[in-house]
Amino acid sequence: MERYWRAAMAAPFLFPICGAALAQQQVSGNSFNPAISLILNGHYASYSRNPAEYQLSGFLLDEEAGLASEGLSLDETELSISSNIDDKFYGSLSTSLEMSDGETSVDVEEAYVETLTLPKGLKVKAGKFLSDVGYLNPIHAHAWDFNDAPLAYVAMLNTAYSDAGVQLRWVVPTTLFIELGGELLRGDSFPAADGAQSSGTGAWTMFAHVGGDVGDTSSWRAGLSRLSADANGRASPFDGGSAVFTGASDLTIADFVWKWAKNGNPRDRNYVIQAEYLHRSEGGNLAVSTIGAGDESGRYTGTQDGYYVQGVYQFRPRWRVGARYDRLDASNTVGVTAPTPLAASRRPSRVSAMSDFSNSEFSRFRLQLSRDDSGPSTDDQVVLQYIMSLGAHGAHRF
Amino acid sequence: MRILVVTIVAAAALAAAPRPAHAALEVFTCEPEWAALAAELGGPLVNAESATTPEQDPHYIQARPSLIAKVRRAALVVCTGADLEVGWLPLLLRQAGNAAVQPGQPGSFVAADYVELLDKPSSVDRAQGDVHPYGNPHIQTDPRNIGKVAAALAERLAMLDSANAATYRSRAADFAMRWQAAVERWTAAVAPLKGRQVVTHHKGWVYLETWAGLTEIGNLEPKPGLPPSAAHLAELLDQLKGHDVAVIIRSVYEDGKASEWLGSRTSIPHVVLPHTVGSVPGADDLFGMFDVMVRTLTEARR
Repeated sequence: MERYWRAAMAAPFLFPICGAALAQQQVSGNSFNPAISLILNGHYASYSRNPAEYQLSGFLLDEEAGLASEGLSLDETELSISSNIDDKFYGSLSTSLEMSDGETSVDVEEAYVETLTLPKGLKVKAGKFLSDVGYLNPIHAHAWDFNDAPLAYVAMLNTAYSDAGVQLRWVVPTTLFIELGGELLRGDSFPAADGAQSSGTGAWTMFAHVGGDVGDTSSWRAGLSRLSADANGRASPFDGGSAVFTGASDLTIADFVWKWAKNGNPRDRNYVIQAEYLHRSEGGNLAVSTIGAGDESGRYTGTQDGYYVQGVYQFRPRWRVGARYDRLDASNTVGVTAPTPLAASRRPSRVSAMSDFSNSEFSRFRLQLSRDDSGPSTDDQVVLQYIMSLGAHGAHRF
Repeated sequence: MRILVVTIVAAAALAAAPRPAHAALEVFTCEPEWAALAAELGGPLVNAESATTPEQDPHYIQARPSLIAKVRRAALVVCTGADLEVGWLPLLLRQAGNAAVQPGQPGSFVAADYVELLDKPSSVDRAQGDVHPYGNPHIQTDPRNIGKVAAALAERLAMLDSANAATYRSRAADFAMRWQAAVERWTAAVAPLKGRQVVTHHKGWVYLETWAGLTEIGNLEPKPGLPPSAAHLAELLDQLKGHDVAVIIRSVYEDGKASEWLGSRTSIPHVVLPHTVGSVPGADDLFGMFDVMVRTLTEARR
């Protein structure tokens, strides 16, 4: 009896407490879970030439350079985790899982921390990240408008330069968007190599971006960047041999992008025109070993440049078409007698056309046709691909 | 190389240049209604600019360079929140590097924090379309919500610009009085619509419906965020048989074809309601926005 009496007395007090507790959001352990997103993509590709013989006339490529594998295949699955760490720091990890020849490898694409509250608009980033040089370099492959990187990016950045290091960035407090920054990097990935031999600081960059709007419908960004890298024994295999370059590689990139959208609403109709020009000088020692001529080494200096121009038009919701033109040019002096791809037989060029359909902003199918004149003979390429993202809503860069 | 150095030096010189002593408080808003509200509360003390125009869908704009530059210089960022701007605002805040306006700082104001959100989903799945896990973010279509946000925003302005706190508070009191009177007038005007059925393009009007007592019986979008499809519209047409629908509602940034088609097949009037300030003629400020909204709704079917 005593118990019932107590319960009856307590009830009016308990009810409001329960009500208040229910009204509040429940906070459990996983409320602080970071944003997780997963990119699933795969493709079917067909080439008229043997993709194993891929090369760009006038350029020594990274060991991993090449075309997407022929036939049906799964592309790199990207798993990203990001979150604010506390009130002062933000952290992000992007890993890629790749399956080839029956084996799965895990790669750290980006793993960095970034400051949120430094004074005067300064930002510092540390870890491994995609360098902010150029326009396309910091953009993840799943957000590209074509299934492959421009030839100039393949030749001079191995599609995208990502390395361990630190970045300092500053947005100038002006009405015109001006952003300045620089990076000091380990220098372990192409076009740098073996940063340990450069005391772990084998590369640095500087970049400047300006941008703004024109009316309510258009916006633009232009940039100028510089990447200086020490290549300490950078290996480049080619058909019939391999070359190892030790020297300096200096790259300058000028980029421009113009975006238009009907009423500034990119969802209905929009177009994007983008172009980049890359200029590189390399100088140092080249050790070449070929099956016919054996080993030899000599001085190599190269002045190379390349550009691409592309336009992508979304003519109705969910549907886009695009075209791209690529061109490379190399003028190399090589002090070895054995034949290498540096002895340019032709100026590489490529024309590509694509069309894609996005069921929602999270799923996309793309057909791309290219005529690639960058190797010894013309290659006609057809790629059909899907890109799907699930999980947290990722925000895409301009 | 030399060009880079020259740019850096020039930019540093620009940044170091002294600013005017009595500069207005720079307020960056995500949507035009909050810029209009900041202007009502701050008058000449604030310089409020909206990231989106009335013609732009605030779900889907891009983190443009011009917006990064604006966030960089802002003393206060006012946005709806509830994930409405999830596709671009977090990126703007990170890119701009402005410590004062990061989430949780006094310079970050989230309107959805001050009203009760409707349509909170019990489960979220992308198969349901672009659903917002925190609830429906289109809070500005209920005039009572504007009043709640106004009170909180005035306090925030007073806190950030404490020298002018008294002015913000007296402007806020004046606004609250005028707004209260207007809300009573609008509530009386929409009273005859109570219980009527409506079809909307996007699930963007639930707050208006709750306030005016309207019942939403369908959307032109098959799932939130997916464009209307022929199959879905045919299904909707079928579903509307036997219903007495008062009006088909869309906002100015949504394509009118679907609502025109449904209107022509059913003789239900289709209207563009002002979802924000400046979206239709006459909606030049917050009062005008609701004047036009109420008038359009009540005149849609006499």
